[in-house]
Amino acid sequence: MEYTILILALPFLSFILLGLLGTKLRPGVAGGIGTIVTAAVALLSWWTAFSYFGAGRDGSGVFQTLIPWNTVWLPFGGGLHIDLGIMLDPISVMMLIVISTVSLMVHIYSFGYMKGERGFQRYYSFLSLFTMSMLGLVVATNIFQMYIFWELVGVSSYLLIGFYYTKKEAVAASKKAFIVTRFADLGFLIGILIYGFYTGSFSFTPDAPAIGAAKALLPLALGLMFIGGAGKSAMFPLHIWLPDAMEGPTPVSALIHAATMVVAGVYLVARMFPLFIDYAPGVLHVTAYVGAFTALYAAVVACVQSDIKRVLAFSTISQIGFMIVALGVCTSADPHEGGLGYMASMFHLFTHAMFKALLFLGAGCIIHAVHSNEMSAMGGLRKYMPLTHITFLVACLSIAGIWPLSGFFSKDEILAACFRFSPAMGVLMTFIAGLTAFYMFRLYYSIFWGKENKALHQEHRPHEAPLSMTIPLIFLAAVTLVAGWIPFGHFVSSDGMAYDIHIDWTVASVSLGVAAAGILLATWMYLREDRTVADGLAARFSGLHRAAYHRFYIDEVYQFITHRIIFACISAPVAWFDRHVVDGFMNMLAAVTEKVSWGIRKMQSGYVQRYAIWFLGGALGLVIVLLLAI
Amino acid sequence: MVHMEYYLIVSTIMMFVGIYGFFTRRNLLAMLISVELILNSVDINFAVFNRFLFPEQLEGFFFSLFAIGISAAETAVAIAIIINIYRNMKNIQVKNLDKMKW
Repeated sequence: MEYTILILALPFLSFILLGLLGTKLRPGVAGGIGTIVTAAVALLSWWTAFSYFGAGRDGSGVFQTLIPWNTVWLPFGGGLHIDLGIMLDPISVMMLIVISTVSLMVHIYSFGYMKGERGFQRYYSFLSLFTMSMLGLVVATNIFQMYIFWELVGVSSYLLIGFYYTKKEAVAASKKAFIVTRFADLGFLIGILIYGFYTGSFSFTPDAPAIGAAKALLPLALGLMFIGGAGKSAMFPLHIWLPDAMEGPTPVSALIHAATMVVAGVYLVARMFPLFIDYAPGVLHVTAYVGAFTALYAAVVACVQSDIKRVLAFSTISQIGFMIVALGVCTSADPHEGGLGYMASMFHLFTHAMFKALLFLGAGCIIHAVHSNEMSAMGGLRKYMPLTHITFLVACLSIAGIWPLSGFFSKDEILAACFRFSPAMGVLMTFIAGLTAFYMFRLYYSIFWGKENKALHQEHRPHEAPLSMTIPLIFLAAVTLVAGWIPFGHFVSSDGMAYDIHIDWTVASVSLGVAAAGILLATWMYLREDRTVADGLAARFSGLHRAAYHRFYIDEVYQFITHRIIFACISAPVAWFDRHVVDGFMNMLAAVTEKVSWGIRKMQSGYVQRYAIWFLGGALGLVIVLLLAI
Repeated sequence: MVHMEYYLIVSTIMMFVGIYGFFTRRNLLAMLISVELILNSVDINFAVFNRFLFPEQLEGFFFSLFAIGISAAETAVAIAIIINIYRNMKNIQVKNLDKMKW
């Protein structure tokens, strides 16, 4: 399967080509190159998956881990080396499909969405870079290669959030995203170094004796790695960058900030899962609590936001919280005994990528139609854009967890895993699932039903998006409709053995009931033109409403800590020291040299004969000194 | 037989005459002549030491020839410079040449 190297090489070549020659190419040609390359990558990924899973299981009943390509990149001596290579195992092959498929859809969609934008070629070049780095991240053979590509996706995310670089908010958002995730990656790097130092390798599966030596420090290393994952996956309190990242073009939000890059943290935990479960179950459970709190927080905030992309951003944070919880509640590697969450998390990652990309692309069509992100500019759009309406509804039902859409199956597995861990966790996550249904349908009704902004719509009549934008919607909606029926446990499970998903109907009926309740509540509050109930509630709990609208002032807390404490108490004195002591010493040297030079410059009179006398005097003096010395 | 010391006395006188001339002449050409005197006194020294102290060797003579060649070239360059100075300043009095200072 050596051809898998092409999966990384093709988008890289496309990035180089479009990056260097982009301005020479016409926009359509540049976009065409990017899209064709991504289509080739998608075909290759599907073919890889087909042949990998088609090859069947080995004698012990698991899919073999293949390394079709590997090279030692940086040997450190002492057996420690960083490799670059390609590793195929069930989750990396699954991720290949997710990334290449969503990326292809986004490439096609961008033809319509970005039409006529300045920097169209640059946009496609960055998309190629992102695709290459994300694919490299998931097929990494070792933790350090993963880290390298991890930073590369961070860079491409930065570049794409700041795509509209003339817009102040976009620049600020891109910097914020980069700095926050970079700060978290510091933890990741330290974790990797501890891991590499004590186990003597960067491999995901070190030898038993190496692990024995590092046993005491493994929980620390894994915990630090999780901090990196939490930064990328926008876990509380490092989530602050993701809502702002919505300043980027909407297809980018769909690709990077909903479907692929933000689940890198989940993928990281899944990748380290065997170590987590054997050596650091406590840390794993901590991640579950972090995930649960994040899911709850983001769901509450999503209920009151008015910018549709921000609602989707918080919904993404909440759903990633679900995935982390599912991993965190695992208590053993056996899916029958308590390892169900692993499969559930990966399944939810897969289905969520599809329907969340669909939601974002649908939101892109809506923004394209009304030229605004605010709900107040929308309402009643179902008449104008029927196709977007239907596909958006499919995605909303799926994320709410309605049978038989894909979200139902994956969320049901997560809830079942939570109930096995502890009833309290199960009840909490079921409640959040209900909240999810509520805020998604609040969003849906506010866009497509409710009170129409007639003045705006008369002035500029909303229209259905062009074909290049609706085809990806239809494709993703179709995937969302059928993905739940994939026997996912047969491909991915915590111990690698085939696992039959059987729906636990007591859990499923409760979650369906809660989801239906959330949808009905949203219908009651937001379907009609007047919103007396919703406005009444907002007025009644105005303090809570305002706090939630301002995201519980977490950004302000960060602002306070960075500006008032770190900048004022640490950075300012350090800057003073640098400016006055370090620079001052150098300035003093320069000033003294200058003063002395001014004093003696008259000696250069320009008269040759005066110089000659000085020269002779010096020579005679030397002679006398030498004679006396002898 | 002329002793070595007599040659050295002549060359020393030439040397200091040259130095004196270099310090006191007002004219660039006169200064150039003084420099030539200094150089020639050194050439004499080379030849004399070779002739009296190491008669079976030739390094001193050849060094003299070498220095004569170099000084001819150097004189040509110096005269070219002096001609240019004259073209620019209409005289070659050394006291006027104080442009290159500070």
